[in-house]
Amino acid sequence: MTLAIFLTLAVISVITALLMVFAKSPVHSVLYLILTFFTIAGQYVLLNAQFLAVVHIIVYAGAIMVLFLFVLMLLNLNKDTEPQKSAGWRLAGAIAAGSLLVTMVGAMHGSIQIAGTEQSNPQVGLVENLGKVLFTDFVVPFEIAGILFLAAMVGAVLVGKKDLKV
Amino acid sequence: MLEVIRSVPVEYYVYLSSVLFSIGVFGVLTRRNAIVVLMCIELMLNAVNLLLAAFSTYLSDAQGQIMVFFIMVVAAAEAAVGLGILVMIYRNTKSTDISLLDKLRN
Repeated sequence: MTLAIFLTLAVISVITALLMVFAKSPVHSVLYLILTFFTIAGQYVLLNAQFLAVVHIIVYAGAIMVLFLFVLMLLNLNKDTEPQKSAGWRLAGAIAAGSLLVTMVGAMHGSIQIAGTEQSNPQVGLVENLGKVLFTDFVVPFEIAGILFLAAMVGAVLVGKKDLKV
Repeated sequence: MLEVIRSVPVEYYVYLSSVLFSIGVFGVLTRRNAIVVLMCIELMLNAVNLLLAAFSTYLSDAQGQIMVFFIMVVAAAEAAVGLGILVMIYRNTKSTDISLLDKLRN
């Protein structure tokens, strides 16, 4: 049953990712990518990482993809006028990505020896445990991430200003 | 012990993540719209996130999931700054075609 859910989610995510790459209109690409993100959130639920799943939906589907859609609407790019790369470029890209896939799968195949033990803790992805780890072992990276966000916010506002006078 | 650890081998997550990552690489290499290229980068980051979360669950170690949070932070910052730069490029060139951005070639 769990394997069936995993395979269904995996197939849907791969198909929507391919549709995202091949969609002519950028708006369709954004919508397909949102579907991919929802299936990845389903994988997180399957892995008993519920907090991660909720944060993933809020951050990606709720914030980042809305930002993408907002920029698309702002620039009025929701038409199919994107010039395509030539067939040679597309073939080269397909060969490069396929080689990468074959290399990664070949390197990983049969070399991973992880078996869950009977005393493994299924509560590891719940918010209580994650919060404890985040605010004890990882409190310094957490604060640095806050500073990074502040810098990114200031940078985005400065870059987007119309006439910048330094 | 979780049901998913008993019934889904961890290799399946490796394969799924590799496929998603390769689709992202293919998109970055073949698309010309800068917004779609940024979206493909998000897809690649998500493939890595999925693999980190899977290993974290299979090893019952929370540090992998903490790492996913930090990758999400970087992805959000990257999307904000990248889209800001993109709007600026569009204002100057009236296009988001990345093949126009070859001023440094000559």
